[in-house]
Amino acid sequence: MTAKPKFAMYWAASCGGCEIAVLNTHEKILDVDANFEVVFWPVAMDAKYKDVEAMEDGSILLTLWNGGIRNNENAEMAHLLRRKSQILVAFGSCACEGCIPGLANLSPLNEIFETAYHTVSTENPQNIHPQVSYPAPEGTLTLPTMNPVLKTLAQVVDVDYFMPGCPPESHQIAAVIDLVIQVVQGKAELPPKGSVIGCGDSTVCDECPRTRNVKAITAFKRIQDVAPLDPELCVLEQGVPCNGPATRSGCNARCPRAGAQCIGCYGPADDVIDYGARLITAFASVVDAREPAEIEAILDGIPDPTGQFYRFNLADSLLRAGKGAAMSRPNAITSGGKP
Amino acid sequence: MTDTFEPVIVGFTCNWCSYRAADAAGTARVKYAPNVRLIRLMCSGRLDPAFVLKALAGGADGVLISGCHPGDCHYIEQNYKALRRFLLLRRTLKGFGVEPERVKLVWASAAEGVRLAHEINAFVEEIRKLGPLNWPKWDNQSGRDLPADIEPQPIEEVPA
Ligand code: SF4
Ligand code: SF4
Ligand code: FES
Repeated sequence: MTAKPKFAMYWAASCGGCEIAVLNTHEKILDVDANFEVVFWPVAMDAKYKDVEAMEDGSILLTLWNGGIRNNENAEMAHLLRRKSQILVAFGSCACEGCIPGLANLSPLNEIFETAYHTVSTENPQNIHPQVSYPAPEGTLTLPTMNPVLKTLAQVVDVDYFMPGCPPESHQIAAVIDLVIQVVQGKAELPPKGSVIGCGDSTVCDECPRTRNVKAITAFKRIQDVAPLDPELCVLEQGVPCNGPATRSGCNARCPRAGAQCIGCYGPADDVIDYGARLITAFASVVDAREPAEIEAILDGIPDPTGQFYRFNLADSLLRAGKGAAMSRPNAITSGGKP
Repeated sequence: MTDTFEPVIVGFTCNWCSYRAADAAGTARVKYAPNVRLIRLMCSGRLDPAFVLKALAGGADGVLISGCHPGDCHYIEQNYKALRRFLLLRRTLKGFGVEPERVKLVWASAAEGVRLAHEINAFVEEIRKLGPLNWPKWDNQSGRDLPADIEPQPIEEVPA
């Protein structure tokens, strides 16, 4: 019997939900085991970086990479797994577009460390601040160095396929696994390089069953302040900012079906240049006012437009970061060190 | 910043009014600052906020949007949409830490060449006061203004 093709999965700046989503494919995970040799998957098995380094270049058939590139360890692993893999998939929103970890691009590193280690929400009586290198009696201990901004996987290495979602839906993962197995068995062909896979090519609105009439919004409200939400009517029409118009289909409009607004986890739909810009266009179109003061009063109902429009997509947007982080220099701020 | 800072401004004009206003200013030999590069759209309603973001990300220090006066848009309502997009975009830019004043909206009819020239000159001075935006090129190779990543170092594993 010929050896099974090799499979790897790795996480960088992410929450771990993508790993759970893969395990959440239930029996499908047995197909992975039956058809692949899992050679590297830190969340599921013990393996060392040096084991990967020892592998032949291109010897892993499929690597699912989740997480953004936040530090030099992430970057190093991205380059390493790129070399070792034939197919590298940016798996999940963090790898594709930065996702929630990418929101930290709105703040320069010193502020991030300040908030994480020295604000009231952190109990840190000794005022400990992490250092990239620490001379312990046993030898020097090191930590990875943080980069000024988080980058998406494709901003760092060449990526073959993109699979959106926070996390990708289990049935979509199962379908992609099935496809790769069929390709291995010579029964199917891979989609063109660069394709966005495991999703639709339309918008969430397109899959949404809610009724749409003419949208004329006189006030934006938070969902908890609209009680009760009409179960049949478009959420946006009821004044709750819904990101469905700019978001890629693939989840079967999971959130609007469940009585909540889409927050955009499947990322930009096809042909969207800048996800936030598309939403600004969409929301501005439905505001029912013409006088600047009146418009401003309605827009006050979206207290954090940057967060609303770029919750998942900030690191992959045209600007990619807030001004403070964009202008920061790595020599001015080292990882943990105080500037 | 420096005395020699010459702001780069991208101006989006509407075919029916402000583009003609700019033209009229030229014909009447009314001078306006050469800092602004005008791009003609069919209507201010064609302005995708992505154009503004792309201009700022690509090196512009400010963006001017102009269109027909309220009520005068040749496509009826579109300049109201432009107004709402503009107001929402400014709020969004603020969240990025970018001064919202870098984007300005001016209504100008085809007859208002002198006024448009005046508005352009005033905007150039406002941007000059704000200083350069200088958005990084986000290019790993170019090196210019790049918040470059720190050189990858070999990873040392710490035994668990
Ligand atoms: S805006 Fe939201 S609720 Fe309305 S149709 Fe689109 S996805 Fe459905
Ligand atoms: S409806 Fe929107 S937020 Fe909800 S799962 Fe789908 S893409 Fe994600
Ligand atoms: S035609 Fe001039 S703004 Fe619409």
